[in-house]
Amino acid sequence: MIVVLNKESIPIDKEQDVVLFRNRVKEYTIKIGMGVVNQTKLITAASELVRNILKYAGKGTVLIEIISSGRQNGIRLVFSDKGPGISDVPLAMKDGFSTGKSLGLGLPGARRLVNEFDIKSTVGKGTTVTILKWKNG
Amino acid sequence: MDLFKALSKKRSRLLELWMQYQLADISLREDLMENEELRAQSEELLDAFLKAVTDKNVENVDDPTYEPIIEILSGISISRARQGYSPKETGNYVFSLRDAILQVWQAEFSNDLAVLFAATLKLNKLFDNLGIITFETFIKGREEVILRQTDEISEISTPVIRVWDNILALPIIGTLDSSRTQIVMENLLQQIVDTGSSIAILDISGVPAVDSLVAQHLLKTVAATRLMGAECIISGIRPEIAQTVVHLGIDLSNIITKATLASALKQAYNMLQLEVRKVQK
Ligand SMILES: Nc1ncnc2c1ncn2[C@@H]1O[C@H](COP(=O)(O)OP(=O)(O)OP(=O)(O)O)[C@@H](O)[C@H]1O
Ligand SMILES: [Mg+2]
Repeated sequence: MIVVLNKESIPIDKEQDVVLFRNRVKEYTIKIGMGVVNQTKLITAASELVRNILKYAGKGTVLIEIISSGRQNGIRLVFSDKGPGISDVPLAMKDGFSTGKSLGLGLPGARRLVNEFDIKSTVGKGTTVTILKWKNG
Repeated sequence: MDLFKALSKKRSRLLELWMQYQLADISLREDLMENEELRAQSEELLDAFLKAVTDKNVENVDDPTYEPIIEILSGISISRARQGYSPKETGNYVFSLRDAILQVWQAEFSNDLAVLFAATLKLNKLFDNLGIITFETFIKGREEVILRQTDEISEISTPVIRVWDNILALPIIGTLDSSRTQIVMENLLQQIVDTGSSIAILDISGVPAVDSLVAQHLLKTVAATRLMGAECIISGIRPEIAQTVVHLGIDLSNIITKATLASALKQAYNMLQLEVRKVQK
């Protein structure tokens, strides 16, 4: 069973929010004693997803949670936006697919960097991506 | 009788009292504004206030008649935020107008406490709202200052160092976002032209995370350097960054990368066929 120990919601609507948000995530990783490699992986994944919000939806929010399951602690991040949504999610999850003339590594790369990854998107309604990284995961 | 409209007749008394309150406030910043300027500003706001507020609209700050007041108040508040006033000072400025009005009324209605009480309630409510507007715009003004400082910091913190003949080094500290990359790239390319250097070392020890955007910016900088006929080495790749980059799937295999600035410098000497040796005496 997963228990939420702490949560905080951060609004994202401009480039400058990226750094503020990443620093916030970093504080949480330090709070639970996450090692520097996992820290960097989580922050990088978070960075990809928050940039997608800015680039494709314009604005959104991120929920940061410290969670606990048994003796494991971890951090869960929920990125939500009310942007255009993704019409073909499996395609968007492929390496190299981009509608933004970019590397197309954000979503698939983020998935490889975390322990759990979930994406839900409805065209015209928005996108929600949830990632989870265990302290020792 | 309309109590708020009637205040117009007391304009000069009000201004005098308000200025007294402001000048008596020990936190008054004479270093930031001349008394005359303060007076002119106060007169403008007071006139807008006397013109707009009536018994009818006093409870509705959203009424269009309030627009001139709000405009002037926001302007004052934003400019104070930029000049470095504290929220307290800015708040006191607005609230001391209320104190001036109260004093006028107290003298006028000393034998009609019911009227005084009802009017005071309305006045307080109104100034609560004006106070909120003041603070909201004050914070906006502060945020602008912070954003501008962020821009300035990114500009001053991207030096290009000439470490040796033909070798340039750029220590990058902080995030490499789009505007920062633009500055780094411009500085670097210009220095390559000015110094005729053939090798540039981009040190990313101070970059907290390399995501796909940062990686792309690095790749672009390397490509631009090569177009200028110079070679680019990226150094300062920490172990956690290396692992993350691999998992993300970013291909840096076409770039010369080194773990430390020292090994990058060694590589550069190599490429220039230079040798560093201990002198035998
Ligand atoms: N929040 C979102 N809202 C709408 N569309 C999105 C969102 N996030 C991703 N997408 C779509 O999914 C595609 C793939 O995203 P991904 O982050 O993998 O690559 P990218 O952003 O195009 O490039 P990169 O992140 O490598 O710079 C995007 O091009 C975009 O079409
Ligand atoms: Mg992306």
